[in-house]
Formats: sequence, structure tokens, C-alpha cells
Amino acid sequence: MTMLGDRQQLSYIASQAADARLNLELETEGMTLNIGPQHPATHGTLRIIARLDGEQVVWAEPACGYMHRGYEKLTEVRTFPQVTTLVNRIDWLGSFANEVPFILAAEKLMGVEAPTRAQYIRTILFELSRIANVSLFLGDLGVQLGAITPVFLAFRDREYVLNLIESATGGRFHPNFDRIGGLKDDLPAGWIDETRAVMKKLRSFCDQIEDLLFGNEIFQSRTRGIGVIPRDVALQYGLSGANLRASGVDWDLRRDQTLPMVWDKADWKVWTHPDGDSFARCWVRLQETRESTKIVDQLLGAIPSGPVMAKVPKIIKVPEGEAWVSTENPLGEMGYYVVSRGDLGPFRVKIRSASFNNISITPWLLRGVYVPDIVTILASLYFILGDIDR
Amino acid sequence: MPPKSPNGEVRQLSSSSETTTPVVDLEREQMLEAIELSLGDAFVDSHLKPGDDLWIRVRTDSWLGSVQKLRDHHSFDYFGFLSAIDWMPSPYGRGEDDPTEPAPVRDTTIRSGYAGGDTRMQVFIRLVNSKTHLGITVKVDVADSSPSVESLITIFAGANWHERETHEMFGIDFVGHNDLRNMYLPVDFEGHPLRKDFPLLARMVKPWPGIVDVEPLPGGDEEDSAEVKASAQSKDSDAS
Amino acid sequence: MGLVDRGRLPKPLTTLFNLGRSYSLWVYQWGLACCAIEMGAAFGSPRYDVMRLGVIPLPASPRQADLVVISGTVTDKMAPVIRRLYEQMPEPKYVISMGSCANCGGPYWDSYSVTKGVDQIIPVDVYVPGCPPRPEALLEGIVLLQQRIKNEDMGARWRGEGTKSMDASVDAAEIAERRGETVVVQ
Repeated sequence: MTMLGDRQQLSYIASQAADARLNLELETEGMTLNIGPQHPATHGTLRIIARLDGEQVVWAEPACGYMHRGYEKLTEVRTFPQVTTLVNRIDWLGSFANEVPFILAAEKLMGVEAPTRAQYIRTILFELSRIANVSLFLGDLGVQLGAITPVFLAFRDREYVLNLIESATGGRFHPNFDRIGGLKDDLPAGWIDETRAVMKKLRSFCDQIEDLLFGNEIFQSRTRGIGVIPRDVALQYGLSGANLRASGVDWDLRRDQTLPMVWDKADWKVWTHPDGDSFARCWVRLQETRESTKIVDQLLGAIPSGPVMAKVPKIIKVPEGEAWVSTENPLGEMGYYVVSRGDLGPFRVKIRSASFNNISITPWLLRGVYVPDIVTILASLYFILGDIDR
Repeated sequence: MPPKSPNGEVRQLSSSSETTTPVVDLEREQMLEAIELSLGDAFVDSHLKPGDDLWIRVRTDSWLGSVQKLRDHHSFDYFGFLSAIDWMPSPYGRGEDDPTEPAPVRDTTIRSGYAGGDTRMQVFIRLVNSKTHLGITVKVDVADSSPSVESLITIFAGANWHERETHEMFGIDFVGHNDLRNMYLPVDFEGHPLRKDFPLLARMVKPWPGIVDVEPLPGGDEEDSAEVKASAQSKDSDAS
Repeated sequence: MGLVDRGRLPKPLTTLFNLGRSYSLWVYQWGLACCAIEMGAAFGSPRYDVMRLGVIPLPASPRQADLVVISGTVTDKMAPVIRRLYEQMPEPKYVISMGSCANCGGPYWDSYSVTKGVDQIIPVDVYVPGCPPRPEALLEGIVLLQQRIKNEDMGARWRGEGTKSMDASVDAAEIAERRGETVVVQ
């Protein structure tokens, strides 16, 4: 892990200053550039309005809401199992991970805990959805910086993970597999060996991407020193996930809070990086993907036998109360604040999505950068539109 | 084996049904005492779930001051989220009313949740201490007639977008936030969607038929699901 | 050439043009939501390769595209954008509506901010159901579209009669034959 050199940082600052001097001399007029909502470089329908002075951004602001589907209102008229179906589609790349905090909050209110086998399988599927999500990020990262090859590798290797999820849950995406009290079904025969083989393939994919992309000097010069987020700013904006860990904050919700999931049964490491620039964020995600494959391997060897569903009534009425559960999702910290009134469905659900906080920092971050850097910074912050707009 | 917290103290999960002895959460109790002391008369109410979470409610006119004290004196430096709750039960129930029948009258008395509440809407915020990883939920009442509360953007810059979203969804004004544009909704959208008296029009026109089939649980019998089907067909609107 | 706008097209010429057009569709790179990932898997992944059907997913601008696949939820805020981008595409253009959100609003049918189906805004040629539809389903949708294009009346399309120029009864017979079913002709 090499850290950002002072020389690289100083050269970027010097070039920004030189550009600004030139703009002043030439008396350029500002131009408003509208990126999106349709643009190959944004992960979906995000619109960025940037006011430029030459090639530099004076201010930039994302305009969200093009994918706002009204989740929080819809959950008020759905029953608890129906909310699980709906909630899958918030972070649509790592779908299983969206169901888990909601189910855990409902279980907390009901006072049930899923049996151990279900907890193991939940954690394994959670990590698999993280691997599926972040491997697409690694591919997309290349495309947004101009390298087209990694995205084909990413889609190819992601297919293996999606096949695994499909054979266990029935759906490549949006598995809708979690139930209050456990899981819908048990694992099919032969799944464990298949998963081990796929994890080997994913590890070699991570190595390939590291060689291809991270070792490339164009990638390094485009991401090192760009979009530096200091530690205290990251905490103020509520950044989470790899964005926070890349600014040097050692915080991982899998390790730092107690939930009925079994991450503490595996031996794994939390990766941080002191720089806080785009390279650090991408690098931390790559290491985390590799670490996830190791977690899955360890847990696979230790799944106990037993039931996958606890004793819950057929029609679920969650008793009155409020509960907050958040987990370390692929995009960051995702949490659900569930208010229940003893009814068939929730009274109010506040969905705390990671990308909303992650992108709220862009008006502060995108001042003074160049136009191509907008894409780099957004690529490294990594968001999913469904997560921002809910 | 009970799970260990990062600083080594053993914590029991309160949701476990096997424990008969009351669970004690020293860390959170000490925190609550210190907060009560420093907030003084801005502190209104609290609710502590041992091993789980802590809720407090503060006075509306001291919202900014209280959150500042929490950040500066109690090290709650991580901004989780900010949002609001409308405690009035929806007059439309679960949107399953038959549009050809006259609308049923529903009970719309306001009942608040943890840490109490005197008004229909409450703004709440989640803060976390980045060193001890303990979180706190802070609620504040918002006046019914012209809902407004102080803005937190001078303390937590991340509150900017959250306040914009809460403003457009609930109609709560944030004093001191100079840019309360719509976050998600188009500019010409009328109404505040997350208020309980905002109807979902698609459900008004064509009601949801209710639970029509329930898949049997793994290991469950087929008769159970048929039983549920029968009871679902005969059930009336259950939001009363 | 003057033949098309006078409406007198010899059959071999129409067949040739339709064949050429159906096997060289250029798809506009645009995905809205979760279906976009399955569309990406169909277009970019080596397994569900769409280029073997002649469909090239290269253009990032609507000005150079023949086909647009609306994949994902259409919100009321996004609707004018979709209309504008559709109007920027040159004729002849085709639309595939992918996924249940684009077909009819999908799981968000009761939301206050979702347009219940993209056919309220733009005319749709093929609907691909699913949530999300598998990449193979999207490929079948594209094959169906190619069948329709092959049966298209170029003169009618030139005069601006759009999708009405496609003969639905011919499609049904061909599709059924391909699937090995019998079809009842009404």
C-alpha cells in the first residue's frame, strides 16, 4: 500500500493555481454544464449541474430525484413480508444486503432470533451480495476512466456469483429470501463446494483487476490526490463504508456492533487507508472484496445443521415499538428505523441509505476540480441511484 | 456466549427470551446521566432499552444548543441521519377501502412513541460516537400550527440534504437553512407526501385486494395456508 | 430514391431493407434502474452477448441510435427527459419496454412519483415482462422485435404511420410457429 506522495499532491495544486491564473488573465465567462440525467458516466439517472470557469469547476451540485419512487410512503401501506420485497430494490446490485437490516429490526421488535444455521447462511449471502456489488464497481471504475476491458471481466465473474445466489434463492437479483425469523428455504445440495470454487475465481479476478487497473500509471495519476476528504469532514457528512475507511477512520459495523449475524465467527481484517483520495477509496474496496471471499470461505466450513426458520406465527404482526438496525452494506451504512404499531405492516420506516450521505458531500468536494475529475470522484465515491433517491 | 463489545465489556442482547434476570447496560446508563446533567432543562424525556439503544427528547427551542452540546461535550461527532415522524394514524388505513362504499371513519388520535411527544410531528436525528460506536436518537417536538425547528447545518454540514428532504416530505420549516429547495420531487409538486393525510391516489381508485395467498412456511402444512386463505377472504379492513 | 415517398415499393426491396434494418440495430446506452443491470449483462457480458443478434450497444447519444430499451422505473420527474430523448432519435426508431416498472409501474404502482408505464409517454413496440427479466428474456424481446421489423411496411412508416404499420396477425403466426404452438386465427 503506497501512500500519496507530497510531490504528486503539490503538482496537482500547482496546476489548479496556474489554471485559475490563466482564467483570470483571459477573463473567461462561466459556463453551466449539465451532466445527465442520461449520461454513460453516471451510475444511473443522476444529474450534475456544474458551473465552470474554463476547465475548472466553480461549483457543482447534483440534482437528485429522477429515481425517487416514494419508498417510505409505500412501506406504510404494505405488510411486513411485502416490505421485504420492496426493499430489495433500493441498492439493486447487492440486493440481499438490503433486506437484512429491515428483517433484523422487525425481529428485534418481535423478540425472535433466527436459528444459527439461518444466521450463517444470511451472513454468507450478505457477503456474496457485497462481492457481486463491488466487483461491478471495479469494472465500472475502468469504464468511467476510459478503460473498457475491466467491465467485461467484471460482468463475466459476477455471473458466477449471481448463479450461486440464484441456485440458493431463486433470483439472480432481488432474491426476496429473508423472512422474519429466518430464511425462506434451505441451501441446495452441492452449493457449498460450488461456492468455494467460485470464491477462488473471484480472488483471481481481484488480482487481475489489481494488476490491470491499479498498477496502471494513467489510473494512478488520475486518482491520486483527487477528491481528498479529511477525516472530520467525513464524519460531519455521515460518510460510511469504504469512503470513511479510506479517510483513515477505523470503523466497520460488522465488527463494531453486536447483531445476530456471525461475522465474529470468522477471522478477518478491516482495511483502512490514510490518504482519503479517490485512489484510497477504490483501493479499500478492492481489498474488502478479497477479504469478503475469505470470510465466505471460513463460514462455509462452519455452517451448523438445524432449522432455517424460527417459530413465528403465519400472519406476522410486529408488536408496538421502535427499532433501529444498521449494517455494513456494500455501499456503506444502511439502516432502517422501523416504527411499528402492532399492525400487519409498519407505521413508519425511515430508510437511512448510505449513498445519500455519500453524495451529499459532492457540492463541497467538487469545488476547484477539473471536469474529468468530476467523473473520477463520483466513480470513487460509488453510489447507486436507488440508494440515493429511494 | 454473550457477544463482546469492542472495548471488552460484555453486553447482553435484550431480545433473548431465555434470560430472566433484568439486563443492565452500565455504559448507556452513565451516558444518559451525563447527558441529563449537561442539557439541564432542555432535557424533556428519555427511553433506554438496555443492550439496545437510547432515545432522548429535548425542548423545541433548545434544539440547536442541545445537539451542539451532544457533539462537543459528549463526542457524538458522526451524523447518521435526520428525518421526521408523523404520529397521526392514517385516515385512509392501509389503502384497502372500497371506493364504491362510503369511507369508514377511523381513529386519528395521536399517540407518540419512545421518549413521549406532545405534538403530531417530531423531528428526530441519529448521532453516533465515532470512538465508542454508541449511538443516540434525539427527538424534538414540532409545533402543529406552523411546524418549524432550527436548522443544524452550522453544526453538521451533512444535515443540509436531510433537512431539504424532510422539508419537502413533511412541510417542516428549518430556520437558518437558506436553501430549502425540493430534493426529490419536481418543482411544481403540491403537498407533502409523507404526511399521513396525503393519500396514495392509485389506491383510492383501485383498492388493493388484501392478502390473497400466503406461501406455506418450510416444514408447515398445506392445511395451514388454506386456513389463512379462508380467514383472509372473510377479513374486513383491519386498520381500525 | 423516390420510391418510398411515392408509396410504391417492390416487395424484394422492402424485404431487403427490413432484413438489413433488423440485423443492424444500434441500441442507445441507457438504463434507469435495476433492469439496467440485466440489460448491461445482456449487452456487455460475454455470456448473454447481444452482438450475435446484430444489435450493437455502442451509441451513447440518441442521435445515432435505432433502438432504445427503457429499463427501469420511470418517475414523473424523468418523464419529460425520456420524451425529449425519444424525440431526438431519428426515424425509424423502436422502443422496447423492459421490466414491469416500465410496462405498467410495477411494484411501485401506487407511488405518488412513478409514471405507471412508459407507454403513457412514448409508443412501445415490445414489452418484456419480469422484475427484472433475465437477460435471455430481453434477448427474446429483441428477436421478437426483429420479427416485427421484417414484416414492416416501409411505405407506411415513411408516411408517419409508425407502429401501426406492423402487422400484428402476421407476428402472432410466426411467433407461434417458432415456438411450436398452434395459433387460432380470428
